[in-house]
Amino acid sequence: MTSNLTSEEQAAAAAVERSAATSQLRFATAGSVDDGKSTLVGRLLHDSKSVLADQLEAVEHASRSRGQEAPDLALLTDGLRAEREQGITIDVAYRYFATPKRRFILADTPGHVQYTRNMVTGASTAELAVVLVDARNGVVEQTRRHAAVAALLRVPHVVLAVNKMDLVDYAEPVFAAIAEEFTTYAASLGVPEITAIPISALAGDNVVTASANMDWYGGPTVLEHLETVPVGTDPSQDPARFPVQYVIRPQTAEHPDYRGYAGQIASGVLRVGDAVTVLPSGRTSAITGIDALGTMVDVAWAPQSVTLTLADDLDISRGDLLAPSDHAPETTRDVEATVCHLHDRPLRVGDRVLLKHTTRTVKAIIKDIPSRLTLADLSHHPAPGELAANEIGRVVLRTSEPLALDAYDASRRTGSFLLIDPADGTTLTAGMAGDSFAAPAKGAEAARDDEGWDF
Amino acid sequence: MTTVTAINADEGAGLYALAHLDALESEAVHIFREVAGEFERPVILFSGGKDSIVMLHLALKAFAPAAVPFSLLHVDTGHNFPEVIAYRDATVARYGLRLHVASVQEFIDDGRLRERPDGTRNPLQTVPLLDAIEKNRFDAVFGGGRRDEEKARAKERVFSLRDEFGGWDPRRQRPELWQLYNGRHSPGEHVRVFPLSNWTELDVWQYIAREKIDLPQIYYAHEREVFRRGGMWLAPGEWGGPKDGETVERRMVRYRTVGDMSCTGAVESEAVAIEQVIDEIAASRLTERGATRADDKLSEAAMEDRKREGYF
Repeated sequence: MTSNLTSEEQAAAAAVERSAATSQLRFATAGSVDDGKSTLVGRLLHDSKSVLADQLEAVEHASRSRGQEAPDLALLTDGLRAEREQGITIDVAYRYFATPKRRFILADTPGHVQYTRNMVTGASTAELAVVLVDARNGVVEQTRRHAAVAALLRVPHVVLAVNKMDLVDYAEPVFAAIAEEFTTYAASLGVPEITAIPISALAGDNVVTASANMDWYGGPTVLEHLETVPVGTDPSQDPARFPVQYVIRPQTAEHPDYRGYAGQIASGVLRVGDAVTVLPSGRTSAITGIDALGTMVDVAWAPQSVTLTLADDLDISRGDLLAPSDHAPETTRDVEATVCHLHDRPLRVGDRVLLKHTTRTVKAIIKDIPSRLTLADLSHHPAPGELAANEIGRVVLRTSEPLALDAYDASRRTGSFLLIDPADGTTLTAGMAGDSFAAPAKGAEAARDDEGWDF
Repeated sequence: MTTVTAINADEGAGLYALAHLDALESEAVHIFREVAGEFERPVILFSGGKDSIVMLHLALKAFAPAAVPFSLLHVDTGHNFPEVIAYRDATVARYGLRLHVASVQEFIDDGRLRERPDGTRNPLQTVPLLDAIEKNRFDAVFGGGRRDEEKARAKERVFSLRDEFGGWDPRRQRPELWQLYNGRHSPGEHVRVFPLSNWTELDVWQYIAREKIDLPQIYYAHEREVFRRGGMWLAPGEWGGPKDGETVERRMVRYRTVGDMSCTGAVESEAVAIEQVIDEIAASRLTERGATRADDKLSEAAMEDRKREGYF
C-alpha cells in the first residue's frame, strides 16, 4: 500500500466520520386535507434534492397514465394502492432525507379528523411537529386539534407553517395575526416552543429557500429551522431510568459467572458506581460496569442501548426497572392517565386489558373513564362510559402488579403505555400517565363541591 | 415560558448528543432485545446481502458476550451468486450459528412451484418462506427491509403482524407508538420485525465502514461478465441468460443489492473501496431498487402486492 493511498484513505475515512457524526431529527407533519401538506412534503423532498430520478420518473409516468399533465407530487408519498386510487393519505408513512447538516425522519401523518390516532402515532416519537394553516382561513378547529395533540404528546418543538401566503398577497398583518392567535392558544396548552413561518409550499417561499416576496420576515426557512433546532433534551437534567429488557448470561468457559442486564436507557445518565434500586422489588445495588455495545464506558445516557453489571447477584428479570436510589419513582397499581383510543372496538369501563409499560406487561382493568376531551374546544364531557376510536379521555386503571410509572410530562418514555386486547393482541389504546389538560381541573371540581347544592 | 424563537445554532449537539449512526444502532439493538425477550422462536432472514449482514452484526453486538439467541433462515432461489453463498456459509461457521435453508429449487422439482416464463424466481420465494416459517413454528422473523427502499415499505411497521397465510394488510396494521412494540400474536400468526426500518442505504454503508464489516466482494467494483436486458446489466448463468441476441461482455461493475441473479442488476462502477462506494451512493441520482431491481418495475404496486401475499 502506497503512502499516497493511505492519506487518501485517511481523508475518506475522515469524511465518513464527519457524515456519520451528523445529528438526526424526527419530526411529524400535521395539516388538513387542503392545507397543502403533500405539497409541503413534496417541496421539502424535492428542493432538498431528496427525490431521485427514478422516483420522479415513476411519478411522471403514473401521472401521465392517469391523464394528468403535471407530475402529481402526492404520488411520491402515497404508497398504497388504495391511497393512490382515492388520492388521500390513509396511514402514517415514514420518509427519510438528509442535508449536509442533519438527517431527518419524517412521520407523514394523514390530516383527516377520523385519523387523530395517526397524528398521535406520528407525534409520539417526534421532537418537532409542523402544523400547517391555510393563510386564508387562519386558525380553525383542525389547527387547534393538531396543536392540542402536539401538546398532549409533549412534542418539544412546534412549527406553525402559515401556508398559501401567495394567496393573501404575502401580507405581513395576515401572518402576524395568525401567529399571534396560534401562539397564545398553544402556549396555554403548555407547548414549550413555537416558531411561526410564513410560506408558500406551491411557490416555494420560505420552505427551502428564503422568500423574495416577504422581506418583512427575518426568521429561518422551514428547512433552516429543521436543520438547527436543538435535538434531544439534556439527559443530565432527568433522573435515570433503565428498564431491563433481557438478561445476558453466556454460561461459557470464558464467562462462567457473567450476568448482564441489557436495555436502552430511557432517560437520564448512568455512571459506574451509581447506587441503583430495582423496581418493583426495591432491592439495591451499585453499577460495576457499563458495556456500550462492545466498549466499556464509565458513563452512558439516554437513548443508548447498553448492558449493565451490578455489584450484587439480585433476582432481576425483564420488566424490572433500575433507577438511581435517590431518585427512584414510586410504584403503584392505581394508574390515572390521559389516553387516545386507537381501535374501532370501544374502550369501556370494566374492560380487562393488558398494559405494556416499558418492558413490562401486566394485567389491568378499566375502573373508570371520568371524562372525554373534545379536542376542538378542550371541553370535558363527564363520565362518557366508553371511548370510541380517535377519542381522547381520562381513564383510571388498576393493575395486577405494581408499576414504576413516571408522569408523562416528566418522561415520554417511562410515562407512556399501551393497552392491549388479551384475546387477540390488538393494540387498543395509547396512554400517558399523570396529569394533563385532558383532565378536568381538580380545582374546578373542588370548587363545584364547595358550592354544594346551589345549582 | 413559551416564546416565539428562531434558533440559529445547533446548541443541542453537546456532550450528551448521539450521532445519528449511534441513534440508529441503539434503536436496532433495542428491537433485537425486545424480540429475544418476548418471542419463543425468532429467526433472522439471512441472504448474505448487506442488510442482512448488518442485521447479524447488530444482533451479535446486542447479546455479547453471549451468543445470538436466534437461528438464520435463507430462502435460496437456486439462482444465487456463488460468492454470496460462500460468504453465507463462512459466516455461519464463524459464529457457530444454525442455518435453515428453504429451497425454491426443491419446490420446483417436486411440483409445488412452477417456473415463470420470464425465469424470475424472486416472486417464487414467498411459498418456501411461508412453508419454512410454518414448519419451524417461527413466531418472529427478522427482515432487513428498510422504509426508504420503496413506498409500500415506507408504510411498514417495525413489528408487523402477519396472518396465518403470511399476508400483510396495510389497512389493518397496528399503530406503533413511542418505542412500545406490540409482539402479541395468535397461534399460526407471526410477526415480521424490521430493525433497520429507519436506516437509509447511505446509513447502512456508513455503518459498514464504521464497524469495518466484511462484505461479499460483489459489492465492490470488479470486472465481470454481464449482458444487457431490460436496461440492466445481468450476470449470465444457468438461470437463463443470455438468450439469442444478447451478448456477454466484460465490464467494471458492482452490486447495490444482492438477490436472485435473474432480477438483480449490476451498476457500472469504479468503486473498489468502501469510501468510494459511499461517495458514489451519496452522489447517485437513482434509488437502490430503481437502479438494480427488475421485479419492482413490473407494476406500480408490485412490492405492495407481493408483500400482501407474504413476501418480505
